[in-house]
Amino acid sequence: MSVQTWTYLLVGITFALYIGIAIWSRAGSTKDFYVAGGGVSPLANGMATAADWMSAASFISMAGIISFAGYDGSVYLMGWTGGYVLLALLLAPYLRKFGKFTVPDFIGDRYYSKTARIVAVICALIVSFTYVAGQMRGVGVVFSRFLEVDINTGVIIGMVIVLFYAVLGGMKGITYTQVAQFCVLIFAFMVPAIFISIQMTGNPIPQLGMGSKLNDGSGMFLLDKLNGLSTELGFAEYTDGKKSTIDIFMITLALMVGTAGLPHVIVRFFTVKRVKDARKSAGFALLLIAILYTAAPAVAVFARTNMIHTVSNQEYAKMPEWFKNWETTGLLNFDDKNGDGKIQYVADRSKNELIVDPDIMVLANPEIANLPAWVIALVAAGGLAAALSTAAGLLLVISASVSHDLIKKIFVPNISEKGELWTARGAATVAVVIAGYFGINPPGFVAAVVALAFGLAAASFFPAIILGIFYKKMNKEGAIAGMIVGISLMLFYMLKFKFGIFDGGKEAVASLEKDWWFGISPEGFGSVAMLVNFIVSIAIMKFTPEPPINVQEIVEDIRIPSGAGTAINH
Amino acid sequence: MSKKQKHATAYWKENIKYLAILLSIWFGVSYGAGILLKDELNEIKVGGFKLGFWFAQQGSIYVFVILIFVYVRLMNKLDKKYGFNE
Repeated sequence: MSVQTWTYLLVGITFALYIGIAIWSRAGSTKDFYVAGGGVSPLANGMATAADWMSAASFISMAGIISFAGYDGSVYLMGWTGGYVLLALLLAPYLRKFGKFTVPDFIGDRYYSKTARIVAVICALIVSFTYVAGQMRGVGVVFSRFLEVDINTGVIIGMVIVLFYAVLGGMKGITYTQVAQFCVLIFAFMVPAIFISIQMTGNPIPQLGMGSKLNDGSGMFLLDKLNGLSTELGFAEYTDGKKSTIDIFMITLALMVGTAGLPHVIVRFFTVKRVKDARKSAGFALLLIAILYTAAPAVAVFARTNMIHTVSNQEYAKMPEWFKNWETTGLLNFDDKNGDGKIQYVADRSKNELIVDPDIMVLANPEIANLPAWVIALVAAGGLAAALSTAAGLLLVISASVSHDLIKKIFVPNISEKGELWTARGAATVAVVIAGYFGINPPGFVAAVVALAFGLAAASFFPAIILGIFYKKMNKEGAIAGMIVGISLMLFYMLKFKFGIFDGGKEAVASLEKDWWFGISPEGFGSVAMLVNFIVSIAIMKFTPEPPINVQEIVEDIRIPSGAGTAINH
Repeated sequence: MSKKQKHATAYWKENIKYLAILLSIWFGVSYGAGILLKDELNEIKVGGFKLGFWFAQQGSIYVFVILIFVYVRLMNKLDKKYGFNE
């Protein structure tokens, strides 16, 4: 069977599975819709969290980015896993004990203020929308390459599927679909990784294969070989990288703290029964995420080495089929500058003839390694699972923010249970349509905005939640001031250095690099904005009244794990 | 202070101690070994890996997973000790 037939088959089977699960587990109450009834087992929740977290960015883009960035790519590996340690130790158990539905719920109640709640809702919406647009785009890319439909048609098909199970099933439907999606995506990521690891090093475990000797009889270590190839072509050594130490430090910190502050991740810990389960399920989630995250750097090394071997100094006319296929998508570009009919792939921009979009590395990897058709199709199904599961989780945050935090808590407090459930479904529908619009008309700076989303979460939510749990005397004045200052500072820095709007637009961005404060890139600045948030919050608190006694008692109460079962009904 | 309150205070104190220890390890493997001391550790090779690079791309992640499960164990014991388990 051809790759295309296999793809139709595998994608068809997995989609039917997701829809079946959604019908079986549809939501009957708002509690089902927001937190899956609060009775999900820790392992199921861990799998769902892992699928929720591993998006098209983790599955499709990350290994590709690492394979071009080498050591510098470590920021994503450490940043997107280390955040779970913070989440498990500092946030999840206490937020579960607090027992509400959303993150703005916590901020609003803990800081006894509608203003705080509204600030939190706005942050949650900005963060979630930027993310979800990127996911829809990922769906479009997979559809266009493997099913040979137009990217826009791909986005619309994706919208319909997500709409169906998110709107019908709410958190309950999403949770159980995500369990299935986790299985699909991890299988799809690991199978080609294992194949290629055996092919190149003889070691079936990719994590070890990465540090093994090559299989070609040369007796060289794979990483040494790649370092050699890289320097030969004028690139930095693969294991070394180009970014400054302070920038690596700050980006890693911003990604970790941003991860811990992301509303669609936090909300997952409201779905388990007890505080104990919240801790455990954070552990399961990271364990399952780690399978992909430790294999990704191995895939990056394999793909990079294979790619250089296949293209470097080879005849363009003799390129394999996959090369031509990716050329037609526009994600691979060859320009024979010196007219010798061969591909010169080098670091020097004026001589380099090949431009490879990092996004294709994972998808093309099995083809580059000549793996069987079903493996290639499997990767397509996995990419879709990753994108759809994350999109669904984000849509739920958006719909809950609107129906629960805005409509019920602020505008129509006496809305009926049924009315709220239907508002939530309506909000999810509108959100899907908006996300789909951005997927079809991407704002051109999706990647930049995704980095902004982490910075924003780090600069706004993280300090407010941490102080809310660990600092009993923190009051609303301090928290609100901190969130506003933190977010504004982050926005200012991004607009100035990422979009160049104060210095004449995008063209000016490169020349502004030397003006970065302390040499910190916009991606890493979330760490600085977070520190400023902490300082402002504490300073303002010192000059304003203490929080009321009943709020201080709530803080005492969330620090004790027992009795969480009753808190969820409100 | 009631017995329950005393327990709550003692529980919180021990919890904070655990957090301090676990988070120092968290910081040490990632920001320490993987970033600040990377160049020094890269002098040491384990198999095909330079050690600093290994910590940044593999080792820190393994340690993160272990840290969370150690935390889960410690806290379950602590819950029992002060009667907050259920």
